[in-house]
Amino acid sequence: MTLPFALLAGLILGGAIAAVSARNRVHSGLFLAASLVGLALVFLRLGAEFLGFIQILVYVGAVAVLIVFAILLTRDADSPRERIANAPVSGILIALALFALLAWGVLLWNPGPPPAAIPALPVKALGDRLLRDYVLPLQAVGLLLTAALIGAAVIALPPPRPGAPDAGEPKR
Amino acid sequence: MDSLDQIFVLAKQALLGLLPVAWQPWASAVISVGAILAVFPLLFALTTVVERKALGRMQNRPGPNRVGPWGFLQFAADGIKSLTKEDIVPRAADPVVHFLAPLVVVLPPILAFAVLPVGRNMVALELPETGLLFFLMVGTAVELGVFMAGWSSHNKYSLLGAMRALAQLLSYELPLILSALAVVMLSGSLSLTALVERQSAVHGGFLVGWNVFTPWGAAGALLFFTAALAEANRSPFDLPEAESEIVAGYFTEYSGFKFALFFLGEYLGLFAISGLGITLFLGGWLPPFSFLGWVPSWLWFFGKLGALMMIFIWLRGTLPRLRMDQLMQFAWQFLLPMSLVNLLVAGLWHFTAAWPLALRWLLGAALLAGPWTLYARQFAARHPRRIYRYVT
Repeated sequence: MTLPFALLAGLILGGAIAAVSARNRVHSGLFLAASLVGLALVFLRLGAEFLGFIQILVYVGAVAVLIVFAILLTRDADSPRERIANAPVSGILIALALFALLAWGVLLWNPGPPPAAIPALPVKALGDRLLRDYVLPLQAVGLLLTAALIGAAVIALPPPRPGAPDAGEPKR
Repeated sequence: MDSLDQIFVLAKQALLGLLPVAWQPWASAVISVGAILAVFPLLFALTTVVERKALGRMQNRPGPNRVGPWGFLQFAADGIKSLTKEDIVPRAADPVVHFLAPLVVVLPPILAFAVLPVGRNMVALELPETGLLFFLMVGTAVELGVFMAGWSSHNKYSLLGAMRALAQLLSYELPLILSALAVVMLSGSLSLTALVERQSAVHGGFLVGWNVFTPWGAAGALLFFTAALAEANRSPFDLPEAESEIVAGYFTEYSGFKFALFFLGEYLGLFAISGLGITLFLGGWLPPFSFLGWVPSWLWFFGKLGALMMIFIWLRGTLPRLRMDQLMQFAWQFLLPMSLVNLLVAGLWHFTAAWPLALRWLLGAALLAGPWTLYARQFAARHPRRIYRYVT
């Protein structure tokens, strides 16, 4: 294990642990963002430039920002949490079971001998695969996300007021 | 004239030649970073003075005119003032996040300059596969910094500013990226240097083929720079720091040099995103006409940047600020559908390469003008002109 990897692993694990144990919800969100940046840096160290940049673009730029945005919209974002866990014993048991499952999967996986040279994958080839060979799954994912968006918008619409003949236009 | 064009590249190589070979990769990085750190903050300093003087002229007042010749050393006085001011952190503030926020706001634009080609062979970090992606990636980090500043100050105005900023940055990122995507689609590259070189074809013997000289490029440039103004929190999209409503928005509770850092980060972000717009649409460091090729390439880039800054200052002196609902509707109901239409036009442009130029232009312009007027009319119908009556 090299020193840069150890530092990155520390950042990822430390950020993740701090994210679940921080008393302040906003701090949790920020620690999560730090952890995700660490993960992107691991991708960059492995030579997966595209994946690393996309990781930051999507997870830090969009997901983490949306998480803190949602935290701000909840009512008592600033008051510290009273207790960290409601049921520590069962929580620890579930976490251990999940870890055992993942460890089992990792141990079963036989990656074979490492390739002599890292295959160069240009971004163009990635795009070709995505938009030519796998265009149907991509469209299906797009459809799913659109459906989720429409569902969220429908939920967010104010309920129709009694007496109003047509509550199509939401009141601002 | 070639040596003048490459004067900075040659100077760097001469400097590197003085050092042992083992040090050269490190020294090369240090020199490039040093150049970026010297040039762009200085440009920021000069822009603040020019902006204050130009706004003053528009408002019938002289602007700063005391420090140095014609007041042009005002930035030095401002800098010294902000360095010597007391740094006040509110008692209720979250100290660590409050301290980190200015750094998170200033660092990304500086990183973004690394991939920006400011002249022929003048790019600090060449990413042939992912240059544009790197630029967009570092841009997203600013959002988190803005949020950190607004939330950690524990001030209602700051929080309001941060909420506005987040909503605005998230909404305007979509049209920004989609209008940049049209260029990537037709150039087939994510490297910013390659994007500039694709525009170097000469048409009709004198006109250099900037992307803005195509229907999708012209519409894309308009959409891009509108979204860029919003991303950089510039007037008329400066709601996150609207002075007349919420003091200074998300950096209300900052004083001294931390306040100056926010100011710096904002202008560096504006330079960076304008530089990206120049690279994508305005031919980067290329001249507009081939007979002007003798002018050094870096002069073209910085000249275009300066011209854009003057336009932005002019806009700031001219346009009133939008309201929050108008801002969001403008992004989602006009910019986003128009950038999607623009993608379609860019695709058509690609597949009709064999057609006569006039027909392609007509088709593209018609496809863009139709939805443009339709959306604009719809938008105008939703926001009828208000007539204010004042008691005299």
